[in-house]
Amino acid sequence: MSDGRPAGALERVLKRGILLAFSVALAFPFYWMAITSFKRTTDLYNLKNNPFLFSEPPTLEHLRLLLRETLFLRWFANTCFAGLLVAVITLALAMPAAYALARLTGRWGEQLGIAIFLTYLVPPTLLFIPLSRIVANLGLQDSIWAIVVVYPSFTIPFATWLLMGFFKAIPPELEDAAMVDGLTRFQAFVRMVVPISFSGIVTVVIFAFTLVTQEFVYALTFISSAAHQTVGVGVPIYLVRGDVYYWGSLMAACLIASLPIGILYNLFLDRFIAGFTVGSVK
Amino acid sequence: MSPGSPRWLGPVMLLPAIVYVIGLVGVPFVLSFFYALGDVKVGSVGWHFVGLANFRSVLENPTFRHALSNSFVFTISSQILVLVGANVLALTLKDAFRGRRFLRFLILLPWVAPVSIGSIGWKWILDSLYSVINWVLVRLHLVKPLDVPMWLGQPTLAMISVILVHTWHIMPFATVILLAGWTAIPKDIPEAAAVDGAGYFRTLFQITLPMLLPIVNVALLFGIIFTFTDMTVVYILTRGGPYDTTQVLPSLAFFTGILGSDLAEGAAISLFLVPLLAAVAWLMLRTARRAEVT
Amino acid sequence: MAVVETRGLTKVFARGQVGAVLGVDLLSREGEFLVLLGPSGSGKTTLLRMIAGLEEPTSGEIRIGGAVVNALSPRERRIAMVFQSYALYPHLTVLGNIVFPLKAQGMPASEREKKAQWASGLLGIGHLLGRKPRELSGGERQRVALARAIVREPSVFLLDEPLSNLDAKLRASAREEIEQFQKKIGTTTIYVTHDQIEAMAMGDRIAVMNHGKVRQIGTPSEVYDDPADTFVATFLGSPPMNLVEIDGAVVGFRPEHLRPAGSAPSGGPSMSLRFRLGHEEYLGSERILYGTLGGGRFEGQKAVARLPSTHGRRLAPDEVAEFEISMRDLKFFDRASGTRSSPVPLS
Repeated sequence: MSDGRPAGALERVLKRGILLAFSVALAFPFYWMAITSFKRTTDLYNLKNNPFLFSEPPTLEHLRLLLRETLFLRWFANTCFAGLLVAVITLALAMPAAYALARLTGRWGEQLGIAIFLTYLVPPTLLFIPLSRIVANLGLQDSIWAIVVVYPSFTIPFATWLLMGFFKAIPPELEDAAMVDGLTRFQAFVRMVVPISFSGIVTVVIFAFTLVTQEFVYALTFISSAAHQTVGVGVPIYLVRGDVYYWGSLMAACLIASLPIGILYNLFLDRFIAGFTVGSVK
Repeated sequence: MSPGSPRWLGPVMLLPAIVYVIGLVGVPFVLSFFYALGDVKVGSVGWHFVGLANFRSVLENPTFRHALSNSFVFTISSQILVLVGANVLALTLKDAFRGRRFLRFLILLPWVAPVSIGSIGWKWILDSLYSVINWVLVRLHLVKPLDVPMWLGQPTLAMISVILVHTWHIMPFATVILLAGWTAIPKDIPEAAAVDGAGYFRTLFQITLPMLLPIVNVALLFGIIFTFTDMTVVYILTRGGPYDTTQVLPSLAFFTGILGSDLAEGAAISLFLVPLLAAVAWLMLRTARRAEVT
Repeated sequence: MAVVETRGLTKVFARGQVGAVLGVDLLSREGEFLVLLGPSGSGKTTLLRMIAGLEEPTSGEIRIGGAVVNALSPRERRIAMVFQSYALYPHLTVLGNIVFPLKAQGMPASEREKKAQWASGLLGIGHLLGRKPRELSGGERQRVALARAIVREPSVFLLDEPLSNLDAKLRASAREEIEQFQKKIGTTTIYVTHDQIEAMAMGDRIAVMNHGKVRQIGTPSEVYDDPADTFVATFLGSPPMNLVEIDGAVVGFRPEHLRPAGSAPSGGPSMSLRFRLGHEEYLGSERILYGTLGGGRFEGQKAVARLPSTHGRRLAPDEVAEFEISMRDLKFFDRASGTRSSPVPLS
């Protein structure tokens, strides 16, 4: 209760009720994806049947179709490939930058850090038109490499900011001690700071990965053939023949594309919050 | 200056990141101005300065004006819904209880799943023939079987659907941020208010909500950016239809610039996002500065 | 102005009993400064919060001014509370903080203005009214918290360790401010602390608590010179009372009462003991001597003595000297229960 006293029974029931209602409303589409994935087509498109029940026994047919006869696995592979490379590139550039901002730059470093964060606010929907030309000029059109090259432009700002907060929280005495022992600043960074920041690094990797799976505009713009697409674009756009959506397989694909990320995010949630609020509030 | 390092170390460590960001954010940003002020089309070679002609033709286009209005309507409506809903949710999640982790996982799903995936899921739920919502409405005798709402086919309903999907997608994000804000309020402040004689609502409106304001600002500003600059929901749910009634600035820019191959006009349309982004960025910096002093 | 009384007040928690209160009977006196003193987990804060109405008792009665208040909200009990962190509303100015309780009461603006002037004048913070809490020093914040508390003219003041967040240097002057303040307004005050020096300096009476019970309640000299049990005896006083076991009984004496022969301050018949010095701490105004006793039943027992620096010559380490204690300074305790018992012959 807001006056510090323990909640009465009525209040508790009310809270649970509201919470349950919200949870159902927010999670419902995924539940629906699950049901649709396993319902037979004849059951699915029969308007007389209760959609919440299985009037015919469930089937794995949609799953089979998805995995064997569509490009889904290809998209999955493309996405993982891109995700990994983007994570590596992001780390390689963001870590030194974050360290420099945290330790080596003083006042103008603060300003620069904010400026870098602000670039994160520049949306793909503003840049995608000129970028499409740049990508074409680099010969990367219709290739997963366009993704690998362009995505770090937004993962690096956020990762830098996240890691900056991380490095600032490490007491500088650690590096001072190392330098007294004869290491250069850069060696101290590599040998002392990096290993300690392991959890920050993992967070950045997860973040980069999820950004690759979630991104839509650039992938849609730069990649034109179905075989080179990522999961985020392939599933809603290409799982259709003519005008007909194959809802069963489509929903199965959605489920597979959502749940692993959901679980990962739930595990790393608190770090992300820190990134958003601590960073802006300093 | 820090000891033990040459003066160039800091800048050198910074340089790759900065070059990358300038190259792939700064350069395209500047380029979009060039496109908008010129006559570039996909496949064209030269560039000619045409002044504000593109902007003028864009502003005269009723579809554009409708898309501009839609951008504001969708963003404002969804953010209002998100703020109210997320605050309520954060309040219920604030105190620990069994199963909280699992419920939190469920609540997070709309945000963590790719927005394109969530949108296509909603497309199925709102399908003209097979919508489960319509089935329930018919069963509850709220609508007649032959007169079911065309969620994505009728302009007003389509706009409502887009707003609801945006709200659904952003709600978990705002909830998480607001939850951090609620838990940051020290326990003894509401107790002091109770001792001072304030009832539930006075405490809420005069004490706790004002203290939450910086965090609410953060959630709001991010939410505005995510919604205003998003084209995915519209693209997947309605393709901007029926008849361009649900277009928003980013999706219109996409249709014009990429699908329509008119890079110049597409760039001009997307540049209208800049004033809003600048305003939001300025507000964020002001909020951050105020919040850090607390 | 009211008397606070608790009868059999008990609070047990579902998970673990840290901070529980187990049947406390308390009766304050009108206008007194009553200190609840105890280590963390002793239940003193829980007791205070139950009196405030912020914690619901498991059983027992709370009476303020003679009326049972168990069912009343904090506001209805006409109490005011100063929290450990002061709990000032960060987004309101000092003036806003002070008038908030008056607004909640529905007082009209002109009256609020008057009361706020009076309260801020009383505490000398009139010049701070336009500032926000974050712009104030620790001492200033305490004064604002007191002003906000007093502006409603409550019948009881409750203070929860308000000095613990202040710098050590600041604490003494802030402590004096609170003492003067309470004397000026004369409201019954209940003050929680774990610091026995604060308790001794400020309290008209001290209720010493441990494990949810009040071990003893009395004036500072009563609890110091006449402790009811070994807990009270060792909690008050620094260094704590020496406790020595002498076949079946426990004898206690304070370090300042163990003196070189011929200088025991309390007079009357005294007992002689030898004292071998182990090591000494020089604290400027006094010396603390750690050593071992000799003679009779006290042979081999460790003890601590405390002498003013101005006193006599210094002992060398390992030196043995003749010391004495006045008989009336010896306190006897029951070995099993720790409570005070009657003297036992010691020769």
